[in-house]
Amino acid sequence: MVEFAGWEMPVQYRGVIDEHLAVRTRAGLFDVSHMGEIEIRGPGALELCQKLSANDVSRIKLRQAQYNLLINDQGGIVDDVIFYRIEPTAFFICVNASNSEKDYAWIQKQATGDVELENASSRYAQLALQGPLAEKILQPLTTLPLGDLKSFYFDWADVSSIRCLVARTGYTGEQGFELYCNSTDAESLWNALLQAGRPMGLEPAGLGARDTLRLEKAYPLYGHELDDTTTPLEAGLEWVTKLAKGPFIGREALLKQKAEGIHRTLVGLELVEPGIARSGYLLFKDGKSIGRVTSGTKSPTLGKAIAIAYVIIEEAAVGNTVEVEIRGRKVRAKIVSLPFYRR
Amino acid sequence: MEFPEGLKYSKEHEWVLVEGKTATIGITEFAQEELGDIVYVELPEVGEKVVKDDPFGAVESVKAVSDVYAPVGGTVLEINDVLPDNPETINDDPYGDGWMIRVEMSDEDDLKDLMTAEEYAEYVEQQREDDDDEEEDDEAEDEEEE
Repeated sequence: MVEFAGWEMPVQYRGVIDEHLAVRTRAGLFDVSHMGEIEIRGPGALELCQKLSANDVSRIKLRQAQYNLLINDQGGIVDDVIFYRIEPTAFFICVNASNSEKDYAWIQKQATGDVELENASSRYAQLALQGPLAEKILQPLTTLPLGDLKSFYFDWADVSSIRCLVARTGYTGEQGFELYCNSTDAESLWNALLQAGRPMGLEPAGLGARDTLRLEKAYPLYGHELDDTTTPLEAGLEWVTKLAKGPFIGREALLKQKAEGIHRTLVGLELVEPGIARSGYLLFKDGKSIGRVTSGTKSPTLGKAIAIAYVIIEEAAVGNTVEVEIRGRKVRAKIVSLPFYRR
Repeated sequence: MEFPEGLKYSKEHEWVLVEGKTATIGITEFAQEELGDIVYVELPEVGEKVVKDDPFGAVESVKAVSDVYAPVGGTVLEINDVLPDNPETINDDPYGDGWMIRVEMSDEDDLKDLMTAEEYAEYVEQQREDDDDEEEDDEAEDEEEE
């Protein structure tokens, strides 16, 4: 167990590699109850959500989910989040645990109009059931027809008699579901899912595997690839950033950056010599410092050392060979396209 | 958990097998279990000098990198060249096939502050209790906050 943002979190159960491969080939069950939940309700909810975030919230249908970014005045990323439209005028936002209080304070500060806000983090638990067998495991426990639930849609349903919000979302690069329930029901839901899934090879999976899985898929992790000083344009998240949707906080700064061009960008790296690049290691080209690693590991699926890094735009082309300084030693790495892993 | 008799142990969780002036060095069962799946090992070269209590190499799991400290000083005679391609050998057999380096000791006095198997077992037990205490302290703090 390890402490994270005030939560005691399981890093691993049987071992990171076993758990990682279980998710890629069968299924894994994650307890991600540390994630925060904020609700915005009322006639002014849509307008406030539009003002706070980069993506176009008006495009979210009822019972649809959307990956989105809360942006500050400078165009930096306050948090990366998922918006769920739970009612025509109510949104449920899943936020990063380490940011939930910062986010809530930021939203309160920006709130105008007829809205009600609630930091509902302690009311909700969240379990993620991920992997190619996730649907087969979950379907016998619920009457909700999962085959009809499209990617980034959700519905309410009883799962093993426990009321849940069941979303087809995830952070692993596999098929799967994220289930939100009352905190008090979390243990029963965990046990029911595990019992149903064990015969099909379901394994409990910890934070360690969650990190290696998301890294193979190049999903950003707040505090590594994203922070208050990085912008979505630098982070490869232009697809989330709808500059044409109308005014939102940070839009002017992002329009300016887009017009002037970015100086650094996120790239994928594959090490071509032995070693593992880790967060914070520096990158060099011809002796000149050109960037910094934000996340790195040895990929359990690919068996190679992979990393994500910010690199100056002039050196960011796929195929470019650079050097990572690993504990005083320069190790060659090649810039590759992202993601590292595709289902 | 196994701590073979006849080996010497360091506070940084390395073990030493002494044969004359030669010391074989690896990491303990406790260390490999704490690290989890080992996926990369960094070793010195034969002929390099290692300094007591300084890092001579590193072991990496998918999650993190950890230095391995020299429990004794001396000159590297041999390295375990199975490890670069099969780092998981340390998980499988930390005291046997998972040994890391052999050193010609420069000062046998270095052995004096190492622990016996029995002392090390106690030391590990103590570390685990400290971890548990920390968890309890955290819980107490959480309750205060509420």
